[in-house]
Amino acid sequence: MWQWLYKLGSPRHFYEMTTGFVPWLTGVSLFLLIVGVVWGLGFAPPDYQMGDSYRILYIHVPTSMGGMGAFVLLAMMAAMHMIWNIKMADIVAKVCAPVGAGYTALGLITGSLWGKPTWGTYWIWEARLTSYLILLFLFLGVMALRAAYDSERSGSKAASVLAIVGVVNVPIIYYSVYWWNTLHQVPSELGRDGSANPPEIFIPALFTGFAVIGLFFLAVILRSRNEILYRERRAQWVQDLLEKELADV
Amino acid sequence: MNQVRKQKFLIVGSILAGSIVTVGLLLVAFDKGLNAFITPTEIAEGKVNGSHNFRIGGMVKKGSLVRKGTGTQIEFIATDFNEDIPVVYTGVLPDLFREGQGVTADGHMDASGVFQADTVLAKHDENYMSKEVKAAMDAAEKKKTGKLATEGAHP
Repeated sequence: MWQWLYKLGSPRHFYEMTTGFVPWLTGVSLFLLIVGVVWGLGFAPPDYQMGDSYRILYIHVPTSMGGMGAFVLLAMMAAMHMIWNIKMADIVAKVCAPVGAGYTALGLITGSLWGKPTWGTYWIWEARLTSYLILLFLFLGVMALRAAYDSERSGSKAASVLAIVGVVNVPIIYYSVYWWNTLHQVPSELGRDGSANPPEIFIPALFTGFAVIGLFFLAVILRSRNEILYRERRAQWVQDLLEKELADV
Repeated sequence: MNQVRKQKFLIVGSILAGSIVTVGLLLVAFDKGLNAFITPTEIAEGKVNGSHNFRIGGMVKKGSLVRKGTGTQIEFIATDFNEDIPVVYTGVLPDLFREGQGVTADGHMDASGVFQADTVLAKHDENYMSKEVKAAMDAAEKKKTGKLATEGAHP
């Protein structure tokens, strides 16, 4: 197990180990997404108050949580890169920022589309919404900081510091609805009787939830593989791989 | 851990600890200022002075909603089950505005202690239920209360 994790830290091994994994992850994620979307949008019963508009939450909840999860991953990779100088951690930190920013933007857009029919407004400056908007700015800040340096090393150092500082915002987003009065509701607790979120409404959310997680890791792995090839472009194993691919064509 | 790693670990740890303390102090300093709305109890305690604008939040008291004129003049009572504040509003209500559900309103208190609202937003809770289940539950509730009433009538 440790040896396996240790091997993942090496760009070459990461590339070779994920080659066979990508088609599987693509298939499973797309399957979950299609089942979840068709079930949630087509077959789940309408809510007694919101009617059909609550179906936006099948996308809103997983993408919003995904954005927060992506920032935690970004900060962990940044810390690992700073402490142990692991190349692979820096690659993942670099490639997961735009994916996380995309999820965060999607969470904000879907949330605002849900807010209009439910609350009566697209946007309100309250603690949950504002702290989540800051998450998007933190993602953009990390990306901009990395790109602002000519040398890859200096850029990754600066971006890592901002990622570690910014991760403080994630628990604030989560607890904002408990700490302050907000218009945004608290998350539904899945009680034993399931009264707050009954199975016929909740189960499609499990499908879209795992699909969104799967697609996140798919995007991160594919982007990491590109980044590995670029950074190791002068290494012998990449040259060999290239020759083999060209021979096949 | 060797010396260099240990030092870097400390640097990363202190960046994280430093930002937690900074942000934590900031949030404590803001305290209630970050609340999206003020509750009727806080108004009764005198948290709001004068006639400046603020946002009130609570539940629409059951049976308190009155529509006047062509139906766009609305009066209701916002409650937190402790204190009540009467609210007056002219305009279109959001679809999810219901009695017994959460509400927020922007506006100011007038001299007679009535909240003059400029904007009304509905607050949704974290409960989801299908229309069929809700109808079945309402029917069961009606049956139960109806039965109790007849039991009372015929001892």
